[in-house]
Amino acid sequence: MACFTAPVAEAVIVKAVEKHEQKKELNNGSGEHTANRVTIPLSRRLKWLSNMLFGGSALLAFEHIWHGEIVPWFPFLTAMSNPEDAAEMFREIATVGVSMAVLITGVWALICAAAGSIVRRNDSTDTGTVTD
Amino acid sequence: MTLLITVFAAIISTVLWYTRKDDDMKLGILLYLFWGASLMWLVDAVFEYAELKAAYFTPALEDIVNDAFLGLAVVALGLVIWLVRLLILDPRGVIRTRLTKG
Repeated sequence: MACFTAPVAEAVIVKAVEKHEQKKELNNGSGEHTANRVTIPLSRRLKWLSNMLFGGSALLAFEHIWHGEIVPWFPFLTAMSNPEDAAEMFREIATVGVSMAVLITGVWALICAAAGSIVRRNDSTDTGTVTD
Repeated sequence: MTLLITVFAAIISTVLWYTRKDDDMKLGILLYLFWGASLMWLVDAVFEYAELKAAYFTPALEDIVNDAFLGLAVVALGLVIWLVRLLILDPRGVIRTRLTKG
């Protein structure tokens, strides 16, 4: 119904934190190399999460348009037209939507851990730079 | 079916992204789009399975066709988003060169 709104809400918060962190890193001058070790800046890692949340939500929103659950007129969500459907929609956001956000965040944490270990492994042989 | 098509699109994009030395084609955008959507539809599928049980794996032909059509439309939309972003970013400077060469 509108399950993608939970990941969208998380994406907006993550994006704000990412921008704040980016500014902080720029001011502190912390880059990819700290104490002769290659590290992945937190802002870049947050960018992976926000992009995944925004990207997935965009395609999911399309699916909702496909099924007629999102319309181009107010209130935009067909479930908002009556209280029963609205209650069902909020229940779905709280269960399916939150689960989606949690799964993506969990997968992102695993990606960060894997990326960190790959960078550390390569760091012992050469000093390459980390790219997106 | 939508989940399956999106997962295949995500796998193909990942392989293409990995085989290129530079991300000058901005294939990373496709990764975020397709993996993000795949994970979200996976959750959707789990909830649907919990509700329908074994019936989840025996959908009606009409549903399969509709879901497959939706899956292909989702992949097409993902590719359009990637293409627009690629042309705007113009990492190889192709558009800039074409526009300034007259």
